[in-house]
Amino acid sequence: MAIPDEEFLLKTTSACAGCPSSLILRYVTKAAGADTVLVIPACCTSVIQGVYPTTAMNIPVYNVAFASAAAVASGMSEAFRAEGRKTNVICYAGDGGTIDIGIQALSGALERGTDFLYICYDNEAYSNTGMQRSGATPLGAMTTTTPGGKKDHKKDLDAIVAAHNPVYQATACAAYPQDLYNKVEKALSIPGPKFMHILAPCPPGWRFPSEKTIEMGKLAVKTGLWVLYEREGGKLTITGASKAAMKKRIPVEDYLSVQGRFRKITAEETAEVQKTVEDMIARLQREADGIC
Amino acid sequence: MLTFGTGNKAVAMAARDAKPVVVAAYPITPQTEIVEEIANFVTDGTLAARYIPVESEHSSMAACIGAAATGVRTFTATSSHGLVYMCEMLHMSAGARLPIVMANANRALGPGWNIGAEHSDSMSMRDTGWLQVYVSTVQEAYDATMMAFRIAEHTDVLLPVMINLDGFLLTHITQTFETVEPDDFIPPTATPHAIDIKNPGGYGTLTPGNVHFKFRYDIERGMRASIPVIEETEAEFARRFGREYHLYEEYRCEDAEVVIIAMGTLGKEMEVAVDILRDEGVAAGAVRMRWFRPFIVPDLDGKDVVVIDREYSFGYGGILAGELQAKSGCRPFSVIAGLGGQEVTYDDIAEFVRIRRPGTEHWFGVDD
Ligand SMILES: Cc1ncc(C[n+]2csc(CCOP(=O)(O)OP(=O)(O)O)c2C)c(N)n1
Ligand code: SF4
Ligand SMILES: [Mg+2]
Repeated sequence: MAIPDEEFLLKTTSACAGCPSSLILRYVTKAAGADTVLVIPACCTSVIQGVYPTTAMNIPVYNVAFASAAAVASGMSEAFRAEGRKTNVICYAGDGGTIDIGIQALSGALERGTDFLYICYDNEAYSNTGMQRSGATPLGAMTTTTPGGKKDHKKDLDAIVAAHNPVYQATACAAYPQDLYNKVEKALSIPGPKFMHILAPCPPGWRFPSEKTIEMGKLAVKTGLWVLYEREGGKLTITGASKAAMKKRIPVEDYLSVQGRFRKITAEETAEVQKTVEDMIARLQREADGIC
Repeated sequence: MLTFGTGNKAVAMAARDAKPVVVAAYPITPQTEIVEEIANFVTDGTLAARYIPVESEHSSMAACIGAAATGVRTFTATSSHGLVYMCEMLHMSAGARLPIVMANANRALGPGWNIGAEHSDSMSMRDTGWLQVYVSTVQEAYDATMMAFRIAEHTDVLLPVMINLDGFLLTHITQTFETVEPDDFIPPTATPHAIDIKNPGGYGTLTPGNVHFKFRYDIERGMRASIPVIEETEAEFARRFGREYHLYEEYRCEDAEVVIIAMGTLGKEMEVAVDILRDEGVAAGAVRMRWFRPFIVPDLDGKDVVVIDREYSFGYGGILAGELQAKSGCRPFSVIAGLGGQEVTYDDIAEFVRIRRPGTEHWFGVDD
C-alpha cells in the first residue's frame, strides 16, 4: 500500500534528533487520515507536539492524564458512535503509560470492546521524565533508576494484551515504516479493540548516536529480540523482515554492544537474553504453525 | 409525575430525564443504586444512552472526559474512596471546561471502613474547579440533578457540577417526589470547544507559565459567572415546575439573634431545632448552605453563628466554619458532628446553640 504524501505531523516538532516516537507517529497518522482524534497521555509525545498556542499536529489531539488514555478513548469512541460518526480514536501512549500506570485502563477498554486502536510506542523507559526504568525496560539496561543495569525482565505486554483477545493485535518497529503503515491501516479497517506495540529505539535513552535509530531497530529485528507479527482472528502471521529472522538470526551481542545502556550487562545476563530470544522465537513459530 | 423512592433513585431518574448520551458507571456504597437504576433504564430502553461499565473511578471520570470532549451530555456517580480516587480527573475535567454532571453520595473515608455520611470526600475536592451543591431531601436530589445539567452546560459556566447527597441519610431513605418533563428547560448541549475534525489542533498541550494562569483565571471567571446562572436556573425551575430553591435556604432568620449553619441533611434537621429553641424563647434561625462552590456568604452581621461541620481539616478546623469566618468575619461556634454517620438529633443541635461559645470549637461526643 502506497504511503500518502499528506502530513499530519508537521515539521515543527520539539522532538530530539533521531526521535523514533515522532517517526512512528508520522506513519500512524498518514495511515489513519484526517478523520482521526489522537488521545495522548503524559509521555514524550506530549512534548513533541510543541507548546501552546502552536502545535505540530494537523489533526485534533486530546492530551490526557498519564493513567487515563484508554478510558478517555472509551468515552470518546462511545460518544462518536452514539452520534453515528466513524472518526478513528487512537491512543498513542508510551510504554510507561501502557505497561505500568495505564494498564488497568487499557485492560478495561479492551475487555469492554471499545472501538479504538491503542498504540504503545515502546522506547523501554520513562523518557519524558529523563530515562527512568519502566516495566518495559529490558534485562541489563541502565536507566537513571537502575544505574547498575536492570535486574528484572521486560514485562510481556503482548501476552497480557493477547489474553484479552482483541480483534487485531500487531507488533511493528520504527525501522520498518511500510510494515507499520500497513498494520495501522488494516487495524483501522476493523471495528472493535485493536492494539499495536511498536519498538521505538530512542537515541538519548538507549545511548546511541542519533543517526542510528533505524539501524538499531533493524538490529532488534535481525537478532530476533523484536519480532514483527500480526494476530487476527486468533491466527498469528510473522511479517516483513522477521520472516527471515525466524530462520536465521545474528547474536544478541550485536545489538547489546552498540548501546550505552547495556554497558554493565554481565555475560550471564547476555546469555539469558539470548535464551529468552530463542524461547520466544520457538513459541511464536509454534503459534504461527498452528501448534499451540 | 408523583412517585416515591430513595435519594439514589431520584438522582437516577433525574439523570434519565435529562437524557445524557454517555453514562460511565462504577459501583460504590452508598451510591451503587444510582448506576444500577441507570443500567435498568438503558436496558429497558427508557434511556437511550451508551453505558460504559468502567474498571475504576479514575476511568469513569476519564470516560466522561472523552465523551464530553466530543460535545455530548455525560453523567456519572460516585462516593467516598471513589471520589478521591478520581481526584486527578476532577482537576482534568474542570480544567478542560467539560460540563460533566456527577452525583456524589457523601461518605466517610477509611481507615477503618465506614460507609456512613460524612462530607470529607467532597470537601477534599473543593479546589478542583467543580461546582458543588448539597441537597437535603429526595425531591431536592431530583431537582438539583436536573438543574445541574443546565448550569454546567451554560456557555458562561462550562464547568462540571457535583450533586452531593448524604450517604444513607438521603441516598437510602424513601420519600415521595415529583418528576418533571424538562423539554427545553435543558437546552441541547452546545460545547463551543467540542472536538471538531475540521478544525484540528491540540487540546491540553504544553502550556507555559506566561499563559497557564490565564486558563486558571478563566476557571474562576466561569465559577463567578455561575452565580447568576444558578439563580436564573432556579428561578426558571420555580416558574416551570413550581418548586423554589436558592443559593442558600433561610429558616426563621428575619429577627434571629443566633443562626445555625450546616449543609445536607443536617440542614433540615436543624429547622426542628430552631422551632424548639423558639419555643424556649431563643431567637434562633437556620441557614442551610446549598452551594459550597461557588461559595456565597449569607448576611450574618450582628448574629451569633453556630456552624456544624460534617468533616474536618486536620490542623485547621471545620471547613465550612473556617470559610464562613474568612468570608463574613463572623466568629462561629464550630461544631464537628455527624462524622461517619454519627447520629445527630435536633435535640443535639438545639443543645449546640445553648452551649455556644463564639470563636471556639466543639467536637460532639468528645468535648462533653
Ligand atoms: C500520575 C502521574 N505520575 C507521574 C507523571 C510524570 N510522568 C510524565 S510522563 C512520564 C513518563 C512517561 O513514560 P512513557 O509512558 O514510557 O512515555 P515516554 O516519555 O517514554 O515517551 C512520567 C513518569 C504524570 N504525568 N502523572
Ligand atoms: S527521549 Fe527519545 S522518544 Fe523522547 S523525544 Fe527524545 S528521542 Fe524521542
Ligand atoms: Mg517510554
